[in-house]
Amino acid sequence: MIRHAALLALMATAAQAEAPVSGYAFMQPETQALQDDAFANPGMLWVDLGRELWNRPEASGDSCAGCHGGPETLRGVGARYPAWSATEGRVVSLEQQINLCREGRQQAVPLPYGSRELLALSALVMHQSLGLPQAVATDGPAAEAYVRGRDYFETRRGQLNLSCANCHVEQAGSRLRGETISQGQVNGFPIYRQLWQDIGSAGRMIAWCNEAVRATQLEEGSPMAVELELYLRARGNGLAIESPAVRR
Amino acid sequence: MFNTRILVPETAKAGESVEIRVMIMHPMDTGFTFTTQGERIPVDIITDFTCTYLDEEVVHIRLAPGLSANPLFSFRLRAERTGTVAFRWVDQHGAVTTDDATLTVT
Repeated sequence: MIRHAALLALMATAAQAEAPVSGYAFMQPETQALQDDAFANPGMLWVDLGRELWNRPEASGDSCAGCHGGPETLRGVGARYPAWSATEGRVVSLEQQINLCREGRQQAVPLPYGSRELLALSALVMHQSLGLPQAVATDGPAAEAYVRGRDYFETRRGQLNLSCANCHVEQAGSRLRGETISQGQVNGFPIYRQLWQDIGSAGRMIAWCNEAVRATQLEEGSPMAVELELYLRARGNGLAIESPAVRR
Repeated sequence: MFNTRILVPETAKAGESVEIRVMIMHPMDTGFTFTTQGERIPVDIITDFTCTYLDEEVVHIRLAPGLSANPLFSFRLRAERTGTVAFRWVDQHGAVTTDDATLTVT
Protein backbone atom coordinates (compact mmCIF):
# COMPACT_ATOMS: atom_id res chain seq x y z
CA MET A 1 0.00 0.00 0.00
CA ILE A 2 2.78 2.35 1.04
CA ARG A 3 4.70 1.34 -2.06
CA HIS A 4 1.67 2.13 -4.19
CA ALA A 5 1.32 5.54 -2.62
CA ALA A 6 5.00 6.23 -3.25
CA LEU A 7 4.68 5.12 -6.84
CA LEU A 8 1.61 7.25 -7.39
CA ALA A 9 3.44 10.23 -5.95
CA LEU A 10 6.37 9.49 -8.23
CA MET A 11 4.13 9.25 -11.27
CA ALA A 12 2.40 12.45 -10.35
CA THR A 13 5.79 14.16 -10.19
CA ALA A 14 6.87 12.74 -13.52
CA ALA A 15 3.55 13.61 -15.16
CA GLN A 16 3.63 17.20 -13.97
CA ALA A 17 6.98 18.01 -15.61
CA GLU A 18 6.41 21.45 -14.19
CA ALA A 19 7.01 24.59 -16.18
CA PRO A 20 10.18 26.34 -15.00
CA VAL A 21 9.63 29.04 -12.39
CA SER A 22 12.36 31.52 -11.53
CA GLY A 23 13.75 31.52 -8.00
CA TYR A 24 12.44 35.09 -7.83
CA ALA A 25 8.90 33.76 -7.31
CA PHE A 26 10.04 31.96 -4.13
CA MET A 27 11.55 35.06 -2.48
CA GLN A 28 10.05 37.37 0.11
CA PRO A 29 8.56 40.60 -1.31
CA GLU A 30 11.41 42.59 0.32
CA THR A 31 14.03 40.50 -1.46
CA GLN A 32 12.17 40.87 -4.74
CA ALA A 33 11.98 44.62 -4.21
CA LEU A 34 15.73 44.81 -3.63
CA GLN A 35 16.38 42.94 -6.88
CA ASP A 36 13.95 45.13 -8.81
CA ASP A 37 15.51 48.36 -7.54
CA ALA A 38 17.99 49.19 -10.30
CA PHE A 39 20.05 51.34 -7.94
CA ALA A 40 19.94 49.48 -4.64
CA ASN A 41 20.42 45.98 -6.03
CA PRO A 42 23.83 45.21 -4.46
CA GLY A 43 24.77 43.05 -7.43
CA MET A 44 24.99 46.24 -9.49
CA LEU A 45 28.16 47.13 -7.58
CA TRP A 46 29.80 44.21 -9.35
CA VAL A 47 28.29 45.19 -12.69
CA ASP A 48 29.82 48.66 -12.23
CA LEU A 49 33.17 47.14 -11.30
CA GLY A 50 32.88 44.86 -14.34
CA ARG A 51 32.41 47.88 -16.59
CA GLU A 52 35.57 49.40 -15.16
CA LEU A 53 37.52 46.20 -15.80
CA TRP A 54 35.97 45.90 -19.26
CA ASN A 55 37.70 49.10 -20.33
CA ARG A 56 40.96 48.50 -18.48
CA PRO A 57 43.81 47.38 -20.79
CA GLU A 58 45.88 44.41 -19.68
CA ALA A 59 49.68 44.36 -19.94
CA SER A 60 49.40 43.47 -23.64
CA GLY A 61 47.50 46.72 -24.19
CA ASP A 62 44.24 44.95 -25.02
CA SER A 63 41.04 45.50 -23.09
CA CYS A 64 37.72 43.70 -23.50
CA ALA A 65 36.43 46.88 -25.15
CA GLY A 66 39.28 46.77 -27.69
CA CYS A 67 37.78 43.74 -29.43
CA HIS A 68 34.13 43.77 -28.40
CA GLY A 69 33.35 47.48 -28.20
CA GLY A 70 30.80 48.24 -25.50
CA PRO A 71 29.53 45.46 -23.25
CA GLU A 72 26.06 45.88 -24.79
CA THR A 73 27.38 44.21 -27.96
CA LEU A 74 27.31 40.98 -25.94
CA ARG A 75 23.54 41.16 -25.40
CA GLY A 76 22.22 37.63 -25.65
CA VAL A 77 25.61 35.97 -25.32
CA GLY A 78 25.38 35.25 -21.59
CA ALA A 79 22.02 33.55 -22.08
CA ARG A 80 23.72 30.83 -24.16
CA TYR A 81 26.36 29.77 -21.60
CA PRO A 82 27.58 27.19 -20.57
CA ALA A 83 28.28 26.33 -24.18
CA TRP A 84 30.37 23.86 -26.12
CA SER A 85 33.84 25.15 -26.93
CA ALA A 86 35.31 23.53 -30.02
CA THR A 87 38.83 24.67 -29.16
CA GLU A 88 38.65 23.30 -25.61
CA GLY A 89 36.71 20.20 -26.55
CA ARG A 90 34.40 20.59 -23.59
CA VAL A 91 31.55 22.64 -22.25
CA VAL A 92 32.73 25.94 -20.73
CA SER A 93 30.91 28.31 -18.42
CA LEU A 94 30.78 32.04 -19.07
CA GLU A 95 33.42 32.60 -16.38
CA GLN A 96 35.73 30.15 -18.13
CA GLN A 97 35.06 31.75 -21.50
CA ILE A 98 36.11 35.11 -20.04
CA ASN A 99 39.31 33.52 -18.80
CA LEU A 100 39.91 31.89 -22.20
CA CYS A 101 39.62 35.36 -23.74
CA ARG A 102 42.04 36.73 -21.17
CA GLU A 103 44.62 34.05 -21.88
CA GLY A 104 44.18 33.84 -25.63
CA ARG A 105 43.55 37.44 -26.66
CA GLN A 106 44.85 39.58 -23.81
CA GLN A 107 47.83 37.40 -22.85
CA ALA A 108 46.80 37.91 -19.26
CA VAL A 109 46.74 35.44 -16.40
CA PRO A 110 43.34 33.83 -15.87
CA LEU A 111 41.40 35.14 -12.89
CA PRO A 112 40.60 32.72 -10.04
CA TYR A 113 37.12 31.28 -10.55
CA GLY A 114 35.46 32.80 -7.51
CA SER A 115 37.39 36.07 -7.62
CA ARG A 116 35.69 39.44 -7.37
CA GLU A 117 37.08 40.53 -10.75
CA LEU A 118 35.90 37.47 -12.67
CA LEU A 119 32.45 37.62 -11.08
CA ALA A 120 32.27 41.33 -11.87
CA LEU A 121 32.97 40.64 -15.55
CA SER A 122 30.53 37.75 -15.73
CA ALA A 123 27.88 39.80 -13.92
CA LEU A 124 28.42 42.59 -16.46
CA VAL A 125 28.08 40.24 -19.42
CA MET A 126 25.07 38.40 -17.99
CA HIS A 127 23.42 41.71 -17.11
CA GLN A 128 23.47 42.66 -20.80
CA SER A 129 21.05 39.79 -21.45
CA LEU A 130 18.62 41.02 -18.79
CA GLY A 131 15.10 39.93 -19.71
CA LEU A 132 16.14 37.73 -22.62
CA PRO A 133 15.09 34.08 -22.46
CA GLN A 134 17.74 31.66 -21.31
CA ALA A 135 18.72 29.62 -24.36
CA VAL A 136 21.36 26.99 -23.63
CA ALA A 137 22.03 24.47 -26.40
CA THR A 138 22.00 20.83 -25.34
CA ASP A 139 22.24 19.22 -28.75
CA GLY A 140 25.30 18.28 -30.77
CA PRO A 141 28.54 17.88 -28.84
CA ALA A 142 27.01 19.27 -25.62
CA ALA A 143 24.47 16.42 -25.44
CA GLU A 144 26.79 14.10 -23.49
CA ALA A 145 27.61 16.79 -20.96
CA TYR A 146 23.89 17.47 -20.56
CA VAL A 147 23.24 13.80 -19.77
CA ARG A 148 26.09 13.72 -17.23
CA GLY A 149 24.71 16.86 -15.62
CA ARG A 150 21.23 15.36 -15.44
CA ASP A 151 22.61 12.17 -13.91
CA TYR A 152 24.42 14.19 -11.26
CA PHE A 153 21.21 16.10 -10.55
CA GLU A 154 19.23 12.90 -10.06
CA THR A 155 21.81 10.92 -8.06
CA ARG A 156 21.47 10.75 -4.29
CA ARG A 157 24.62 11.81 -2.45
CA GLY A 158 26.02 12.95 0.86
CA GLN A 159 25.25 11.97 4.44
CA LEU A 160 21.66 13.13 3.98
CA ASN A 161 21.42 10.92 0.91
CA LEU A 162 19.54 13.49 -1.14
CA SER A 163 19.72 14.22 -4.84
CA CYS A 164 19.20 17.73 -6.19
CA ALA A 165 15.91 16.47 -7.67
CA ASN A 166 14.63 15.22 -4.31
CA CYS A 167 14.23 18.79 -3.17
CA HIS A 168 14.18 20.94 -6.28
CA VAL A 169 11.82 18.79 -8.35
CA GLU A 170 9.83 16.67 -5.93
CA GLN A 171 9.53 19.20 -3.13
CA ALA A 172 9.63 22.52 -4.98
CA GLY A 173 7.13 24.82 -3.32
CA SER A 174 7.21 22.93 -0.01
CA ARG A 175 8.60 24.54 3.11
CA LEU A 176 12.00 23.69 4.53
CA ARG A 177 12.29 25.37 7.92
CA GLY A 178 11.51 29.02 7.22
CA GLU A 179 12.05 28.89 3.48
CA THR A 180 10.14 27.79 0.42
CA ILE A 181 12.10 25.31 -1.67
CA SER A 182 12.73 26.72 -5.13
CA GLN A 183 13.10 24.79 -8.34
CA GLY A 184 16.83 25.41 -8.26
CA GLN A 185 16.75 27.55 -11.38
CA VAL A 186 19.92 29.48 -12.17
CA ASN A 187 18.61 32.18 -14.52
CA GLY A 188 19.66 34.94 -12.11
CA PHE A 189 23.31 33.99 -11.70
CA PRO A 190 25.71 35.43 -10.75
CA ILE A 191 23.50 36.24 -7.75
CA TYR A 192 23.92 38.54 -4.80
CA ARG A 193 23.15 36.17 -1.94
CA GLN A 194 22.16 37.76 1.34
CA LEU A 195 23.51 34.81 3.31
CA TRP A 196 26.94 35.34 1.76
CA GLN A 197 26.69 39.14 1.72
CA ASP A 198 28.49 38.64 -1.54
CA ILE A 199 28.05 37.70 -5.15
CA GLY A 200 28.48 34.12 -6.29
CA SER A 201 28.54 32.05 -9.44
CA ALA A 202 26.31 29.05 -10.11
CA GLY A 203 29.38 26.97 -9.19
CA ARG A 204 29.55 28.54 -5.75
CA MET A 205 25.87 27.79 -5.20
CA ILE A 206 26.32 24.17 -6.33
CA ALA A 207 29.18 23.78 -3.83
CA TRP A 208 27.00 25.33 -1.14
CA CYS A 209 24.15 22.91 -1.92
CA ASN A 210 26.62 20.01 -1.77
CA GLU A 211 27.64 21.17 1.67
CA ALA A 212 23.99 21.48 2.72
CA VAL A 213 23.41 17.76 2.05
CA ARG A 214 26.85 17.01 3.50
CA ALA A 215 28.24 15.69 0.24
CA THR A 216 31.69 16.10 -1.27
CA GLN A 217 31.71 19.59 -2.71
CA LEU A 218 32.12 20.07 -6.42
CA GLU A 219 34.83 22.63 -6.92
CA GLU A 220 33.46 25.63 -8.82
CA GLY A 221 34.74 25.54 -12.36
CA SER A 222 35.42 21.80 -12.29
CA PRO A 223 34.15 19.94 -15.38
CA MET A 224 31.35 18.23 -13.43
CA ALA A 225 30.19 21.51 -11.89
CA VAL A 226 30.06 23.14 -15.33
CA GLU A 227 28.14 20.20 -16.79
CA LEU A 228 25.69 20.39 -13.92
CA GLU A 229 25.33 24.12 -14.55
CA LEU A 230 24.63 23.30 -18.21
CA TYR A 231 21.85 20.95 -17.14
CA LEU A 232 20.45 23.46 -14.64
CA ARG A 233 20.41 26.25 -17.21
CA ALA A 234 18.91 24.00 -19.87
CA ARG A 235 16.06 22.92 -17.62
CA GLY A 236 15.26 26.59 -17.17
CA ASN A 237 15.50 27.46 -20.87
CA GLY A 238 12.97 30.16 -21.64
CA LEU A 239 13.18 31.85 -18.23
CA ALA A 240 14.14 35.51 -18.40
CA ILE A 241 17.72 36.31 -17.37
CA GLU A 242 17.68 38.29 -14.10
CA SER A 243 21.38 38.81 -13.44
CA PRO A 244 22.39 40.07 -10.99
CA ALA A 245 19.50 38.57 -9.04
CA VAL A 246 19.15 38.91 -5.26
CA ARG A 247 18.52 35.72 -3.36
CA ARG A 248 18.21 34.93 0.33
CA MET B 1 39.32 53.21 -3.03
CA PHE B 2 36.27 51.01 -2.97
CA ASN B 3 33.71 50.77 -5.72
CA THR B 4 30.75 53.12 -5.13
CA ARG B 5 27.33 53.87 -6.59
CA ILE B 6 25.68 57.25 -6.07
CA LEU B 7 22.31 58.60 -7.07
CA VAL B 8 21.97 62.39 -7.11
CA PRO B 9 19.29 63.97 -9.31
CA GLU B 10 20.80 66.09 -12.06
CA THR B 11 18.48 69.04 -11.52
CA ALA B 12 16.22 70.28 -8.74
CA LYS B 13 14.16 73.37 -8.01
CA ALA B 14 15.43 75.71 -5.29
CA GLY B 15 14.05 74.65 -1.94
CA GLU B 16 13.08 71.23 -3.22
CA SER B 17 13.91 68.22 -1.08
CA VAL B 18 15.72 65.63 -3.17
CA GLU B 19 16.55 62.04 -2.35
CA ILE B 20 20.22 61.07 -2.30
CA ARG B 21 21.24 57.43 -2.32
CA VAL B 22 24.77 56.10 -1.99
CA MET B 23 26.29 52.68 -1.59
CA ILE B 24 29.78 51.26 -1.37
CA MET B 25 31.20 47.80 -1.98
CA HIS B 26 32.66 46.74 1.35
CA PRO B 27 32.60 43.44 3.28
CA MET B 28 31.86 45.11 6.67
CA ASP B 29 33.29 42.14 8.56
CA THR B 30 31.88 42.11 12.07
CA GLY B 31 34.66 40.14 13.76
CA PHE B 32 32.16 37.44 14.73
CA THR B 33 32.53 35.28 11.63
CA PHE B 34 34.96 32.49 10.83
CA THR B 35 36.52 31.10 7.69
CA THR B 36 35.84 27.50 6.67
CA GLN B 37 39.16 26.71 8.35
CA GLY B 38 37.90 28.03 11.67
CA GLU B 39 39.99 31.19 11.70
CA ARG B 40 38.28 34.31 12.94
CA ILE B 41 37.82 37.01 10.33
CA PRO B 42 38.94 40.26 12.01
CA VAL B 43 36.77 43.34 12.15
CA ASP B 44 37.02 45.30 8.93
CA ILE B 45 34.49 48.08 8.61
CA ILE B 46 33.92 51.55 7.31
CA THR B 47 33.82 53.84 10.31
CA ASP B 48 32.72 57.19 8.91
CA PHE B 49 30.58 58.50 6.10
CA THR B 50 30.12 62.17 5.35
CA CYS B 51 28.20 64.09 2.74
CA THR B 52 29.17 67.66 1.92
CA TYR B 53 27.00 70.09 -0.03
CA LEU B 54 28.06 73.67 -0.80
CA ASP B 55 31.20 73.07 1.32
CA GLU B 56 29.06 72.33 4.32
CA GLU B 57 28.80 68.98 6.04
CA VAL B 58 25.18 67.91 5.82
CA VAL B 59 25.34 64.28 6.86
CA HIS B 60 27.82 62.50 9.08
CA ILE B 61 27.30 58.85 9.96
CA ARG B 62 29.47 56.83 12.33
CA LEU B 63 29.29 53.15 11.55
CA ALA B 64 29.77 50.23 13.92
CA PRO B 65 30.17 46.48 13.42
CA GLY B 66 26.89 44.73 12.72
CA LEU B 67 25.87 46.58 9.58
CA SER B 68 25.36 44.52 6.47
CA ALA B 69 28.01 44.38 3.77
CA ASN B 70 27.83 46.96 0.98
CA PRO B 71 26.01 49.55 3.13
CA LEU B 72 23.49 51.81 1.43
CA PHE B 73 22.53 55.21 2.81
CA SER B 74 19.52 57.18 1.70
CA PHE B 75 18.66 60.66 2.90
CA ARG B 76 16.98 63.84 1.72
CA LEU B 77 18.77 67.06 0.93
CA ARG B 78 17.24 70.50 0.40
CA ALA B 79 18.52 71.96 -2.86
CA GLU B 80 19.62 75.57 -2.45
CA ARG B 81 22.21 76.50 -5.06
CA THR B 82 23.99 74.70 -7.85
CA GLY B 83 26.97 72.93 -6.38
CA THR B 84 28.84 69.75 -5.74
CA VAL B 85 27.46 67.03 -3.52
CA ALA B 86 30.54 65.21 -2.28
CA PHE B 87 30.70 61.89 -0.45
CA ARG B 88 33.52 60.53 1.65
CA TRP B 89 33.90 57.14 3.26
CA VAL B 90 36.72 56.33 5.69
CA ASP B 91 37.48 52.77 6.75
CA GLN B 92 39.09 51.72 10.02
CA HIS B 93 42.53 51.66 8.40
CA GLY B 94 42.13 55.26 7.32
CA ALA B 95 41.63 54.49 3.63
CA VAL B 96 39.48 57.17 2.05
CA THR B 97 37.01 56.67 -0.78
CA THR B 98 35.43 59.71 -2.39
CA ASP B 99 32.81 60.33 -5.02
CA ASP B 100 30.81 63.38 -6.04
CA ALA B 101 28.11 64.68 -8.34
CA THR B 102 26.86 68.09 -9.38
CA LEU B 103 23.37 69.13 -8.43
CA THR B 104 22.05 71.83 -10.75
CA VAL B 105 19.46 74.04 -9.08
CA THR B 106 17.04 75.82 -11.41
